[in-house]
Amino acid sequence: MEDTAPKRKVLWTLAVFVVLVYALIPVIWILSLSFKTPETIGDGRFLPSEWTLNNYDAVFNTGFFTSALRNSIGIALIATLISLAFASMAAYAITRLDFRGKSAILAGSLAISMFPAISIVGGLFDLWRRIGLYDTWLGLILPYLSFSLPISIYILSAFFREIPWDLEKAAQMDGATPMQAFRRVILPLAMPGVFTAGILTFIGAWNDFLFANVLTSTDASRTAPVALAFFRGASQFQDPSGAIAAGAVVVTVPILIMVLIFQRRIVSGLTAGAVKG
Amino acid sequence: MATTTTVRRGAVAPAEKKKKPVLTDRARAERNLAWKLCAPAVVLMLLVAGFPIGYAFWLSLQKADLRFPNANEFVGLKNYISVLSSSTWWQDVANTLIITVCSVTLELILGMLIAQAMYRTIFARTAIRASVLVPYGAVTVVAAFAWRLAFDPATGFVTQLFGIDTPPFTTRSGSFFVIIMAEVWKTTPFIALLLLGGLALVPDDLYKAAKMDGANGWQRFTKITLPLIRPALMVAVLFRTLDAFRVYDTVFIMTRGANNTETVSILGYQQLINRLNLGLGSAVSILIFFCVVLIAIAFTRLLGASPAQKG
Repeated sequence: MEDTAPKRKVLWTLAVFVVLVYALIPVIWILSLSFKTPETIGDGRFLPSEWTLNNYDAVFNTGFFTSALRNSIGIALIATLISLAFASMAAYAITRLDFRGKSAILAGSLAISMFPAISIVGGLFDLWRRIGLYDTWLGLILPYLSFSLPISIYILSAFFREIPWDLEKAAQMDGATPMQAFRRVILPLAMPGVFTAGILTFIGAWNDFLFANVLTSTDASRTAPVALAFFRGASQFQDPSGAIAAGAVVVTVPILIMVLIFQRRIVSGLTAGAVKG
Repeated sequence: MATTTTVRRGAVAPAEKKKKPVLTDRARAERNLAWKLCAPAVVLMLLVAGFPIGYAFWLSLQKADLRFPNANEFVGLKNYISVLSSSTWWQDVANTLIITVCSVTLELILGMLIAQAMYRTIFARTAIRASVLVPYGAVTVVAAFAWRLAFDPATGFVTQLFGIDTPPFTTRSGSFFVIIMAEVWKTTPFIALLLLGGLALVPDDLYKAAKMDGANGWQRFTKITLPLIRPALMVAVLFRTLDAFRVYDTVFIMTRGANNTETVSILGYQQLINRLNLGLGSAVSILIFFCVVLIAIAFTRLLGASPAQKG
């Protein structure tokens, strides 16, 4: 057999390059579009020939988008915190305590995480109208829990299973109070898992479009993706594409930074939720 | 409340530990505690996912049109009959299947290549992982806009670059092409990462042994890699298929169902929200629910994918 190692190396390096281009081009494109002037937006070039920040001005000077951004941040944060608190409790019970119904809860969570959103959104739309939750923060936070709780329970159970719980007893033997043992020993070990579940939950809520599109109607609770989808520009004579691109960048960049900083955790969370489960 | 506290106290008291009934007390206390810890999550999940499904099912048996709120009545399966006998529903199922099959197939091929590239290259592994996570971090609506604005001749560079004369969004095939490309771009990272997780579990010795025996790269891939990463592969395909079947965001941003690209989720949305026909819309959404259940069962039974194996 001939040695094909160097040739192979070149091939895989080439493949890596293609992957990089493939992954980054659409993001660079929308970034580039957001800097184009209205006159040059239709010039068919990849990079702007004239640069401008006007699109960002337009986006931030309309209450339409800034209020949506505020709603997105608030709703996603609250949904994440609630789901982390309740999912940690459930995951602790599932991994540490002996009780019947454990596998039923896990199987049920898995089933719920596969529910098509469109199947529950209609019922919620009618219910929320009747009980006054339509177009409120709580009206979005509650449905977000329907997918964030199952995922969090899954990920946290997978992580908690790996924690050497005996350390807690060891710390107590060494004279730590139960609270100290929990705070100093168990909590630091559990935090990476909780953090991972938190990031994934936040991204899921931030990314949602269907629930937000159906269950909101005004600045009171409309989230950023919905605002983008219905952005019409400052006047009806202006093409909103540049402003949409700018808004898209504003919505995406914080998440991208978070994803890149915590990439290791996100990868382990994604695979823990799906494979280890 | 009072009983559980005494039970728990009894459980901790070391003096009583050796008596038999106390052991069951302890078990009972553990069970009580477990249920208390699980209760908030379970109740919430039932409330925000279980109840709306049940309510949607009830609505689907009614004539419930918000434009005529006083005309509500029980109509049995009539809504289902009108959905299932309409050509729109079947057309939309076909459209959804086109998007699902094409995007999942492409994602699998691409995801496998990317996973292999990540697995084999040591120097750029962090760089690839970081860049692969970029599409994952992009909001679906943003990804859809990026692709739409790129392919739209009024704003984009693609038609000019490749000299395409007919704008993609004026034809059905063109619209499908861009929708599928955007879906593939956004979700391939998920598949690639799952497959990479699978690849990491394959022992290196197997490849070495096969190489010694004269197996070529393709043989090693089909005879060793594929069978061994089958669990990860099946989970990835199952998750993505269910996800793709619900496709909504991308189609909404790109075409809103124009050019005959309407998917079942868009149809449900149109009935529920635009036409305010809750009865008919709920019938559509319950049918989508059953489709998803069917796909999940088919995968679990026929292909042996079981994400709940260890659960």
